Amino acid sequence: MGPFLETLFGGLMSGVLYSLVAIGFVLIFKASGVFNFAQGAMVLFAALAMARFSEWFPALLGFDNKLLANVLAFAGALAMMVAVAWLIERLVLGKMVNQEGITLLMATLGITYFLDGLGQTLFGSEIYKIDVGLPKDPMFLLASTFPGGILINKEDLYAAVIAAALVAGLSLFFQKTATGRALRAVADDHQAAQSIGIPLSRVWVIVWSLAGFVALVAGVIWGSKLGVQFSLSVLALKALPVVILGGLTSVPGAIIGGLILGVGEKLSEVYLGPLIGGGIEIWFGYVLVLFVLLVRPQGLFGEKIIDRV
Amino acid sequence: MSTRNIGDVILDVKNISLRFGGVKALTDISFNVREHEVRAIIGPNGAGKSSMLNCINGVYEPQEGSITFRGQTFSHMSSRQVAEMGIARTFQNLALFKGMSVIDNIMSGRNLRMKTNIFQQAIRGFGWSAAEREESEHREFVEKIIDFLEIQPFRKTPVGRLPYGLQKRVDLGRALAMEPQVLLLDEPMAGMNVEEKQDMSRFILDVNDEYGTTVVLIEHDMSVVMDISDRVVVLDYGKKIGDGTPGEVRGNADVISAYLGTSH
Repeated sequence: MGPFLETLFGGLMSGVLYSLVAIGFVLIFKASGVFNFAQGAMVLFAALAMARFSEWFPALLGFDNKLLANVLAFAGALAMMVAVAWLIERLVLGKMVNQEGITLLMATLGITYFLDGLGQTLFGSEIYKIDVGLPKDPMFLLASTFPGGILINKEDLYAAVIAAALVAGLSLFFQKTATGRALRAVADDHQAAQSIGIPLSRVWVIVWSLAGFVALVAGVIWGSKLGVQFSLSVLALKALPVVILGGLTSVPGAIIGGLILGVGEKLSEVYLGPLIGGGIEIWFGYVLVLFVLLVRPQGLFGEKIIDRV
Repeated sequence: MSTRNIGDVILDVKNISLRFGGVKALTDISFNVREHEVRAIIGPNGAGKSSMLNCINGVYEPQEGSITFRGQTFSHMSSRQVAEMGIARTFQNLALFKGMSVIDNIMSGRNLRMKTNIFQQAIRGFGWSAAEREESEHREFVEKIIDFLEIQPFRKTPVGRLPYGLQKRVDLGRALAMEPQVLLLDEPMAGMNVEEKQDMSRFILDVNDEYGTTVVLIEHDMSVVMDISDRVVVLDYGKKIGDGTPGEVRGNADVISAYLGTSH
């Protein structure tokens, strides 16, 4: 029982990170119908900015305070992501209103390569550290119930709490504020939203900024775990099966999809690995999605599309 | 019927022509709308009624002509600018936010009147932050509209689950929430039964009467049009063929032939 729970928790924690990236996808898809392939690149870009700013700011301004450096770097990286959101709206999406979904997808593919390149040009292509003071030491839970207890990484636990708080904050924002209502309105019907005076371009900038914010949080957590490197961008693409699994239009779906994927990967690696060979984590998500789509083509929580005939 | 005074011209449409490629949707249309009146646009299917409304609303940009609203002339305006100037509309094929509740749909009509920004809205404090106070003020106004339209029992229901007639009311409610000076209604009674039509007519007349809102409506049901409108514009094949009081229009030979066909 002990090892099983340990794997389960480990899976949940890594699932939280998939969820975070997936939420970024869902936010943008809901509000603008764009499948944002660049979400992974945004995670990398945000993490790079965070990592480098936290070195540059103290050196430039001449102070030596880790907390201040991190706060400033976070603010700087966030400003960077808002600028990216604004530029994307101005230069790319604003010009492509009412184009086919596939055209918009290709545009975001272009943004992916551009951001990957720009990030490494501006910030360098080494492996960088993000140290926001997440504790690295493991801890043991339920030692009295199981022999040896369950080993849990404290860092994972903190990450999960931060992610949960972020998700709660976002859903409150969407449900309770006027801006949140405008975002939901645009997601529902562009034309009607315009007729009551909701400015589409501003809404898109806000949505992409929110997606940038989520990418930054994911990037910081992931970066502090694994270091900031190019592979982050690829790792973030693991969120693709998550969004398909959860349904493209559902934030709760993205969260639960991420958790399912995280847990499934870890459990299958541990329990199926010895039987059919290791390395299951790499393809598990995609196979899982195939099976889900066979049964529920709209994803687990997606809106069922019913056409009137 | 009422004691309201029809005022000066508030909306003046001059020589509007609209083409889609080679198709002439509107040709040289001029008419005006006076303050506080109920102005109907009628015509057979494909006459260009909705296109006309879409030009006023800023959805389409006419190739020729101008539209003057309260002394301000514009030829191309975005829907948002038109909304800011005080023109609200409803849609022929409902365009509500289906996943949102009745209250949220109508509240979204208050969006332009909300002054707090996204950062202020992020601050919550047991009803005392600026954004929360603003929200509850607007909520009061929205509750009045909900009472007025008699949809109290459905205020928390997602709009997509309501029957069609009620969705039409919510659509009207969202437009009313903008406190518009001019209300454009695109077939507010399409697909309704007699009772629903009577309710909707009553709401339109009450809005016009109590708030003094100017109403421009497109409608197919002739008896409704003749009952509630002060003046009627008749379009056929994108051209204006009649303009006047219901009585005048009813006697117009062109109008009769457009509706009934001519003998050759």
